[in-house]
Amino acid sequence: MGVQEQYSFDVEALRADFPVLDRKVGGDPESPGEGPGDDTPLVYLDNAATSHTPDPVVDTVADYYRSYNANVHRGIHQLSQEASVAYEEAHDTVADFVGAAGREEIVFTKNTTEAMNLVAYAWGLEELGPGDNVVLTEMEHHASLVTWQQIGKRTGADVRFVDVTDEGRLDMDDAADLIDDDTQMVSVVHVSNTLGTINPIGELADLAHDHDAYVFADGAQSVPNRAVDVKELGVDFFAFSAHKMCGPTGIGALYGREEILDSMQPYLYGGDMIRRVSFEDSTWEDLPWKFEAGTPSIAQGIGFAAAIEYLEEIGMDRVEAHEDLLAEYAHDELTALGGVEIYGPPGDDRGGLVAFNVEGVHAHDLSSILNDYGIAVRAGDHCTQPLHDEMGVAATARASFYLYNTIEEIDALVEAVGEARDLFA
Amino acid sequence: MGLGSDMYRQQILDHYKNPRNYGELEEPDFTHVGENPSCGDTIQMDVGLDEAGETIESVRFNGDGCAISMASASMLSERLHGMAVEELHEMDTDDVTEMLGVDISPMRVKCAVLGRQVAQDGSKIHRDELDPDDRTITEE
Repeated sequence: MGVQEQYSFDVEALRADFPVLDRKVGGDPESPGEGPGDDTPLVYLDNAATSHTPDPVVDTVADYYRSYNANVHRGIHQLSQEASVAYEEAHDTVADFVGAAGREEIVFTKNTTEAMNLVAYAWGLEELGPGDNVVLTEMEHHASLVTWQQIGKRTGADVRFVDVTDEGRLDMDDAADLIDDDTQMVSVVHVSNTLGTINPIGELADLAHDHDAYVFADGAQSVPNRAVDVKELGVDFFAFSAHKMCGPTGIGALYGREEILDSMQPYLYGGDMIRRVSFEDSTWEDLPWKFEAGTPSIAQGIGFAAAIEYLEEIGMDRVEAHEDLLAEYAHDELTALGGVEIYGPPGDDRGGLVAFNVEGVHAHDLSSILNDYGIAVRAGDHCTQPLHDEMGVAATARASFYLYNTIEEIDALVEAVGEARDLFA
Repeated sequence: MGLGSDMYRQQILDHYKNPRNYGELEEPDFTHVGENPSCGDTIQMDVGLDEAGETIESVRFNGDGCAISMASASMLSERLHGMAVEELHEMDTDDVTEMLGVDISPMRVKCAVLGRQVAQDGSKIHRDELDPDDRTITEE
């Protein structure tokens, strides 16, 4: 009996929405020495970096440009009204999707990184000072790590890192020690983009709130593949990017509790975020527009909502079940292959990605060879250099899955990894 | 059975698995270390010159990295024996790929040229043509 029978939806039918998956790429492993070719079926396993965009989302973006392209919040004319309504309603769609109270709690940003910087600049620079501390984890993405590290340098606040255990989980005893009455912010990745660890955000939020600190969870790797409710998680801030969840690049969302966003000063100044301007002073627009200065990414924002509608039609519980199935299968098969070291928690308790190394093969060599088999994985430090230092490796290869990936594609990965291992043996 | 990329021809794998001139010189005229932080590739080149300081007489290298960077450094170490310093300074990326004898994919060129860059920068620092504080990195 094939594992495919456990699929939670019709994966083959869904793949028809993603024409890029039919592409041929790479070299030809059957003809070594012939140089790069272009006749190998694509096996796209780099979804944690960016996912592909289904036709309904591409069509939605194209329809905006073809039918009602106009700037928002500026014109009385019909096109501007249509664009403004669609762009504003996209905020409502995003808010509903993650359980926010409404559009006033959802700021559109360029991506997760910009959302993190928005809070770091608008809140952190104002509120932090010597004696305060910000608590991060050793598995933070550079988006959070570098941002708070630098804000710490500028404000004199201490930046602390919760230990990661050998199994790739947060050491919660260490977290309890580090989070104290001087802690102002706990910034933690929800699902690790390197280890696949699903972190106990609720528990960390309780710890933080016991000490009157805020919690910012980085949802870049969680929102794409599991149902997330920011109120249930108990976070004060949350951020994610559309391009990792079937949406366009250049758009992401910051969730912030309304009362906190309300108390914060703007991050960027300019048009669209003001109410009244004189030569001497200005007043600000209501939330969320106070934080969306200048012409926003209108088409991308509308496309973001279309991506959410696409995912909701499948159902986030089914997407999560599919990710879990693929991650566990990949974890088991790579383990069974031998000579492969996998980082992070066990296969049945992780997000939909597997970072690994093959004995005697540098991750970049592995990725180059997999490319000849048409297989796209990421090789490198995945924007977690200090975590890699802790793991004692410079780089890892990472296969990350999404709703259109299949068991057959993981079989192809495992076979090619075996070939690479043998080539270097 | 597939044999993987054209980049990984037998010669490259041989130099990776059995690097030539691997180690350190006891009394190098100059030694220099370079790295590509995102790959973790690190190469140290030790070079001994003739009395005039114009010709390379001995080379050792050591380090960690991918097959492309290590094999390239190994082949370079053989090539450098007896080479005029001027000739080393004139080596460009094409010379390195020609030496390797394979097409290097664009994303991997930085790996292939690291050893050459380390040798060149070490020599230029030795000749006071380069600030020793300039770290050798071939990533963008």
